Amino acid sequence: MIGLNHYLILGTCLFGIGIYGVLSKRNAIAVLMSVELMLNAANINFVAVNHFIRPDQAIGQLFAIFVIVVAAAEVAVGLALILSIYRHASSTNLNDFNLMKW
Amino acid sequence: MQSFHILTVTLMAPLLGAVLIMLTPRNNEKLIRYIAAISTFISLILSLVVFFGYDHSVKGMQFVESVPWVGDLGVNFALGVDGISIPLLLLTNLIGFSAVYASWHTEERVQEFFSLLLLLIAGVMGTFLATDLFIFFLFYEVVVVPIYILVIVFGSSKRVTKEYAGMKLTIYLLIGSAFLLVGLIALFVKAQAMLGYPSMDIATLATVQYPVEFQVLVFVLMALGFGTLLSMFPFHAWSPDGYAGAPTAVSMIHAGVLKKIGGYGLIRIGIFILPAGAKLVAPVIAVLAIANVVYAAFVTLNQKDLKYIVGYSSVSHMGYVLIGIAALNLISLNGAVMMMFAHGVMSALFFAMIGNLYHKSHTRNVADFGGLAHQMPRLAFGLMLAGLASLGLPGLVNFVGEFTIFVGAFNEYRVLTVIAVSGIVLTAVYILRTLGDVLFGPRKAEWDHLQDLRGVEMVPLIVLGLAIIIGGVLPFTVMDLINGGMGQLLASTNLIQVGGSL
Amino acid sequence: MFDLFSGSWIIVALPFAAFAAIGLFLHRWPKAAAYTSILAMALSTLWSILIAIQVFTAAPGQVFTAAVRWLEMPGLRVDMGILIDPLSAVMLLVVTIVALLVQIYSLGYMEGDPGLSSYFAYHSIFAGSMLGLVLSSNFGQVFVFWELVGLCSYLLIGFWFGRDSAKEAAKKAFITNRVGDFGFLLGILALAVLFGNLDYQHLAMRLTDYHNLAVLLPIALLLFAGPVGKSAQFPLHVWLPDAMEGPTPVSALIHAATMVAAGVYLLARAFFIFSAVPQAMYLIAVVGGFTALFAASIALVQIDIKRILAYSTLSQLGYMVMAMGIGAMTAGMFHLMTHAFFKSLLFLGAGSVIHAMHGEQDIWKMGRLSAKMPVTTWTFVIGALALAGIPPLSGFWSKDEILLGAFSRGHLFLYGLGSLVAFMTAFYMFRLIFVAFFGSGTKGSHAHESPPVMTWPLLILALLSVVAGFVGSPLLGNVFGKYINAPGAAHHEMNIAIMVVSSLLAAGGIFLAWLIYQKEVISHLELKQRFASVYEILYHKYYIDELYARLVAVFIDGSARVLEWVDLKIVNGLVNGLAYFTGWSGKQLSYTENGQVQTYALYLFGGVLVILVGAVLAVYYTVLA
Repeated sequence: MIGLNHYLILGTCLFGIGIYGVLSKRNAIAVLMSVELMLNAANINFVAVNHFIRPDQAIGQLFAIFVIVVAAAEVAVGLALILSIYRHASSTNLNDFNLMKW
Repeated sequence: MQSFHILTVTLMAPLLGAVLIMLTPRNNEKLIRYIAAISTFISLILSLVVFFGYDHSVKGMQFVESVPWVGDLGVNFALGVDGISIPLLLLTNLIGFSAVYASWHTEERVQEFFSLLLLLIAGVMGTFLATDLFIFFLFYEVVVVPIYILVIVFGSSKRVTKEYAGMKLTIYLLIGSAFLLVGLIALFVKAQAMLGYPSMDIATLATVQYPVEFQVLVFVLMALGFGTLLSMFPFHAWSPDGYAGAPTAVSMIHAGVLKKIGGYGLIRIGIFILPAGAKLVAPVIAVLAIANVVYAAFVTLNQKDLKYIVGYSSVSHMGYVLIGIAALNLISLNGAVMMMFAHGVMSALFFAMIGNLYHKSHTRNVADFGGLAHQMPRLAFGLMLAGLASLGLPGLVNFVGEFTIFVGAFNEYRVLTVIAVSGIVLTAVYILRTLGDVLFGPRKAEWDHLQDLRGVEMVPLIVLGLAIIIGGVLPFTVMDLINGGMGQLLASTNLIQVGGSL
Repeated sequence: MFDLFSGSWIIVALPFAAFAAIGLFLHRWPKAAAYTSILAMALSTLWSILIAIQVFTAAPGQVFTAAVRWLEMPGLRVDMGILIDPLSAVMLLVVTIVALLVQIYSLGYMEGDPGLSSYFAYHSIFAGSMLGLVLSSNFGQVFVFWELVGLCSYLLIGFWFGRDSAKEAAKKAFITNRVGDFGFLLGILALAVLFGNLDYQHLAMRLTDYHNLAVLLPIALLLFAGPVGKSAQFPLHVWLPDAMEGPTPVSALIHAATMVAAGVYLLARAFFIFSAVPQAMYLIAVVGGFTALFAASIALVQIDIKRILAYSTLSQLGYMVMAMGIGAMTAGMFHLMTHAFFKSLLFLGAGSVIHAMHGEQDIWKMGRLSAKMPVTTWTFVIGALALAGIPPLSGFWSKDEILLGAFSRGHLFLYGLGSLVAFMTAFYMFRLIFVAFFGSGTKGSHAHESPPVMTWPLLILALLSVVAGFVGSPLLGNVFGKYINAPGAAHHEMNIAIMVVSSLLAAGGIFLAWLIYQKEVISHLELKQRFASVYEILYHKYYIDELYARLVAVFIDGSARVLEWVDLKIVNGLVNGLAYFTGWSGKQLSYTENGQVQTYALYLFGGVLVILVGAVLAVYYTVLA
């Protein structure tokens, strides 16, 4: 029987993969994709918890849709930034950028 | 007297002067100087009124004023003077007034210079007038800002740059005040717990019987804080560099009065509130005081720059004040306060003369001079007067302080006092060497263009010189006041009982 | 006549007033300054004479005191007081008379000097301080004036401050005196702490039933350090010969007659303390005796007229100190008085010579002065005879008293030493006279006699040098000893044998000098060559100055250098090191802020993880335990 725990474990794994990607990938696009993974891990949790704890309401689903919308906006902004940086420095390698230093 | 708030007016005159100067058009330098001169003159006159108007028969705090300020913390804007603070108040204004004249010929950023100078004077004065711990600390912190700016903007760079000197000075002051702040907060919290209501009034805090361990802890914090300010060994390193980097007026005020806040605080706050702590920590201070006297005197012997000579010698002389404080008896404490007054006028005169010479000759190197008494007899007189006072010549005010301290300290620390007295020989050596090399000897043609003191340049010499001579010839004028104040302060601390029980 | 005494503070105040007047108003008019100073001095002299007449016509033992509060607090009191007894009355007379004569003499000697008004201002402040010292009623006051006369000495030695030698000499005088005063001050502090009072009379009373020698001995020795410095006793004698850099009248007044005698006066004043401690007395006697011999031996070979007199002063001061040490306080004071007259006479005479020779001080470059300067010559000879101790001049009586004291108290060694010194004194003085005044040199031929303003003081002092001795001579019943004596300093009957021996020794000294330097029966050049090593040592004053200079350079300046290094490298080094460390650690930590978002995110995640684990553990332990 597949229960809540299985979904949560799946979400955790997905989140861990996302974190790993965010922290270790050098390519900005890959980092952006990893962020999507983390967001989707959260979405799975929302939906699963909603289904198992309060099946009569749809708050979790609602939130998941919210997150998808926000993620779309975030990807749009993020890609725009990356494009702008790429135009400026001809690179999407994050090691080349330390503009936040000082 | 109650209708006229004389202490508030004395305190506010320089502050008001500072504000007026800021409102004056910046190219009207003459007016700026006059405002500075007049506002310090008002303070000087009023502090003389306080000096002579103080009722010796009543003693205690007089001219008291108090306005509630921060009720929840028990803070009042409370001012008052007794026999210990009056000499220091007078000292502040004597030096403040002279300092304005000593920097009369300042040419760059006159507006900023004089307004900061007045702010500095007011800040120092406030610490001596405050009878509330919070107000005391507030004014002490007020002092730091103008000092820093005055040194790094108007200072001079010789062995160290003025930026270094200003930074060093300020950081030391702040570290000292950090220790102090911790001590004050501890005191306040403890007192509130024991009294049942919050109070920052120094006299009220002194009525509380704190546990001995607590007293020792807080007194150590205060000794570190005030000791740094008083350039106690080994926290003295700011003093020579700071004076050397600072402009003349700041050196005068810093060596003359600001340093004395340390000694004043140790007596007024340390000994008065924490007698048992003072009693237990005093021997340590006495040993450090000896290090001050002898060590700094030796270092002075090897200095080449006039300001460093006075800077190190002031570290040495503060050792006398410290041993006077550490001996913890009426005579020695009287002497310590007298010595603070004496050293104040003496070092201010010294710096005024050196500043004048430096302004004209652009050097402070002893070896560059020689035979200046030929060209500048009045300056020579001023330097001689300051030097002779410094080496403790009887008839000049420092002798009274030194002699009294020695008598008092000899009661408590035999060996240490003997070592301390040897300081008079070392002082004579470096002072006479310096004066001889600068003033006497064959005439040097390269200094023939130097003009002697004249006009307003004479003011510091006259004002401070008179104080040195009158205080030395008629010591009872100041000493009776100090003795009255100190006697009452000690009577209410049960210092003797504390000593007996420990 | 009570008013005469209670107003005696005016004696001190007048010279100070003259000083203030000159300093504030008259410094532009040197003549006015000079006459103001002399007028004030004359009034003080007059007053002192009146007081002395009163004191010495009253019965012995009467004392007048008065005091005003100066510094007072519980446990410490220093007054400015007046104590007039025969002892201070004699000193008053000596100081005022010599000071007045020297000031008058200076009118001629210092004529045309650009610093004339300061010169007289310094003289006034000196006179005031010295008289204040004489009249002091307590140790605190005496220390105040003690230092002030030291200051005047400093100012006047360095009067011609344009010379490097004068500058150095002045500094040396002050600092050497400071070393002595260090001990003196400690002694005073000990008295203040022990008795809570510094008044002479009070202390004298308290000491009658205080016999703790373990305490009194160090106090007495410390107090003695003061006179050792001021009266230039070995080992602090080095400043006095150099002090001759000052104008000659100054040497006469300050460095021969009055200030240097202050140490001896103090020994007499505080005799009640010293005499209570036999060990201290013995040490004082030995120091004095040694100084007398030591200085006399150096005087034998000096060639500078003022230096010879300076070493002679040292030697005579040693005599007085020795007298105090053996308990012959009366004799010591008596010698102080006569010495003040004849030694100031000799110095003023030397000044007259130097004035005539345009600053030449080498006796070998003089000669035949007797023909050109009769008054100077003969007054000088009178002074020298008095100093040598030829009867019936004043020096004979006083020196004889000291020798008698030493002999009759059983200090035979010191008696012998004193007699030897008397012989040497006669010899070196007449060496000076035969060479400078009667010698074969011709440089002195263009000299001229000094103006009357200079010769009159010489004549008066010569008269005093002749007659002053009779007040203490046994022939006239020793009036001096009746008034000035101390408990335990009983007077001794005169001893004809001692008188004869000392007279013969003095005459022998003169005769020997005559043989060598006048008749040249014995060649002094040959003597010099045969005893070359001894001569060198004596001529270089036993190399003591060199030794001291070396010691100061090594110990004082050496420590100064070491401690400055400590201050710069260790104390400041620690401070700067701390500042550097703060900066350095900030810099190290700043490497963690590399500007890369991923690193920051890593920190963020790490932080969240730590908090999470902590929270879980906390819950685990609090809920489950």
